[in-house]
Amino acid sequence: MRLSHAFIERNAIVLLVLALLTVAIGGIVEIVPLFTIETTVEHVNGVRPYSPLELRGRDIYIREGCYLCHSQMIRTLRDDVARYGHYSLAAESMYDHPFQWGSKRIGPDLARVGGKYSDAWMYAHLEHPRRLVPESLMPDFAFLAHTPLETRDLLARMRTNIEVGVPYTKADLAQAAADLRAQDDPSADHSGLEKRYHGAHVVPGNGHPTELDALVAYLQVLGTMVDFKDVTPAQERQ
Amino acid sequence: MSEHVLPARPVVYNDAVVKKFVIACLVWAIVAFLAGVYIASELAWPQLNIAPYLNFGRLRPVHTSAAIFAFGGSALIGTSFYVVQRTCRARLWGGEALANFVFWGYQIFIVLAASSYLLGFSKSREYAEPEWHLDLLLVLVWVCYLLIYLGTLMRRAEPHIYVANWFYLGFIITIAMLVIVNNLGIPISPYSAKSYSWFSGVQDAMVQWWYGHNAVGFFLTVPFLGMMYYFIPKAANRPIYSYRLSIVHFWALIFIYIWAGPHHLLWTALPDWTQTLGMAFSIMLWMPSWGGMINGLMTLSGAWDKLRTDPGLRFSVTAVGFYGMSTFEGPAMSIRSVNALVHYSDWVIGHVHSGTLGWVAFITFGALYYLVPNLWGRKGLYSVRLAAWHYWIGTLGIVFYIASMWVAGLMEGLMWRAYDRFGFLKYSFVQVVVAEHPFMVLRMIGGVLFTIGAILMIYNLWMTVRSPATEAPRAELLPAGLPAGAVVAGE
Repeated sequence: MRLSHAFIERNAIVLLVLALLTVAIGGIVEIVPLFTIETTVEHVNGVRPYSPLELRGRDIYIREGCYLCHSQMIRTLRDDVARYGHYSLAAESMYDHPFQWGSKRIGPDLARVGGKYSDAWMYAHLEHPRRLVPESLMPDFAFLAHTPLETRDLLARMRTNIEVGVPYTKADLAQAAADLRAQDDPSADHSGLEKRYHGAHVVPGNGHPTELDALVAYLQVLGTMVDFKDVTPAQERQ
Repeated sequence: MSEHVLPARPVVYNDAVVKKFVIACLVWAIVAFLAGVYIASELAWPQLNIAPYLNFGRLRPVHTSAAIFAFGGSALIGTSFYVVQRTCRARLWGGEALANFVFWGYQIFIVLAASSYLLGFSKSREYAEPEWHLDLLLVLVWVCYLLIYLGTLMRRAEPHIYVANWFYLGFIITIAMLVIVNNLGIPISPYSAKSYSWFSGVQDAMVQWWYGHNAVGFFLTVPFLGMMYYFIPKAANRPIYSYRLSIVHFWALIFIYIWAGPHHLLWTALPDWTQTLGMAFSIMLWMPSWGGMINGLMTLSGAWDKLRTDPGLRFSVTAVGFYGMSTFEGPAMSIRSVNALVHYSDWVIGHVHSGTLGWVAFITFGALYYLVPNLWGRKGLYSVRLAAWHYWIGTLGIVFYIASMWVAGLMEGLMWRAYDRFGFLKYSFVQVVVAEHPFMVLRMIGGVLFTIGAILMIYNLWMTVRSPATEAPRAELLPAGLPAGAVVAGE
């Protein structure tokens, strides 16, 4: 049979199958190796799963669409690094389901916002941004301070994260409720929390976290897990 | 199938469902444009953020989903049903019930998705925000859409599948692949509208932008080219310029487009090899895009005078011009060094809108001005003059929009990377925000103009439908309005 486009044009199924094959190739070549090439995610120390309070804060971040104005990806460019800190590693978002790299900077990048501002500043700014930064375009999030954090489904959320590949342990699950309260209470015992979630930032709450407490706990850990003094150039190679 | 034999009785097309999609398209146009104007105003006057439901972060997906999936999607499904029946000379496969299920299922999906964003449900995947249960509804509707489309193609009375249908079919199957893979995730419980993505970090970013860029490629480009390949020859009453070019255009475009996703992730933690592949294919994409543009524009050879008298055709042809501009701008922005300047800036927003307002909306307006008199059996538009006003107000709106975003984007990019003579960054972030303010206002004015134009169109089409009916619908029997024989060139 002479190869002719007329053949394709006369057979709907052939057209459909050939079109699907044609569009499948690019995705397969670009996506599959990212799971198989071992250096895609750098081998650096310090990156850990989010603590229960941070995880819930991250859910709030997603719910409110923060990613639409704030990126979490410092590019390998001189001015990005000068403004925001060490460029982001793939490893730093390896437990982010989904990723929050963002696509637009209506506000500044948040990949390393953790520890950059005091808790007092964070709370005041999130509630009423323009009282601290008059030119800011950010919406007020005062309502988060009045909304108690929903924690009934905390374990379901952590278990689902385990199913998609986040290495929470049995102990993490057993202590989840206690860890959540401890991170919201400066007067509590934080030894267990610190052991399970190194560097978790305790927010000034009363053990009954609001949505704002969770969001601040999440923001204050962003970009702080990897200690770049310990990272060698060889480790950063992809 | 016997060839070149006209059916004994004229086929009665299912135009009822097409009419429904046309009406939905007009309603969603206004919702999408007003939501756009509102969020644009929030970026000029942040006091307009009314917490929590009308905050920018919750309202922005309403705008993008309403524009892409509600307005664009209704236009696409509606016109595809119109085109496939006429170019196949066959009634829609699956009966009225299935077609109505696709219409109502799709509209319900959109209403539920938009209200879920306002209530705080979102997967945070751009242009794929609806949570998992709504995704399942969408997949069900989409499979039925594919079945109707394929079934109609297979019962056609024409020997060849007309070129517009290749593009519509490519769109339907590719969107199915993209939506299914990108939205893979696990709900925290069967009773909860919260799920976590199957992928994480760098792989998740690649999957999302493979989807995200191809939402542009296969939702906002490929099927609208199908629209171009039917409605421009039809309105100009000329055959397509080059049949051979349309074959090359189709296969090259769909093969190359799918690779372009990584240009959204240049200079990030995505490995360099993937970035380079994405950049190279994005630049290659320029060629098939312009091949299609040339095929569309040259179809007017010998009929350019119609631009003076047919405002619908004027919209379609201007749309192809904007398509050419955006598809040159896109590859340019994908070059690493250019991208370093413009990424994260408002230039990207301007680029998207030269595509969505100039190409997608204008080609849709052109099709609507042609479709409504035909579908409702009216002799012509209620007012050609009003359509001309729509054209100029809309075009002015686009110019306001994209020009202000070009300037704002370049300014942001340059201010973010400016150093003082001591080697420190010259501007704080908020200084850049302040400098953007006038451009945010100008952009909002552009959006208002564009919306006013659309309201004029709706009034015009409404009055067209209310005008007295002619005896028979104007729709011709031959596909694409070509002299017999010209359609099946290339045998």
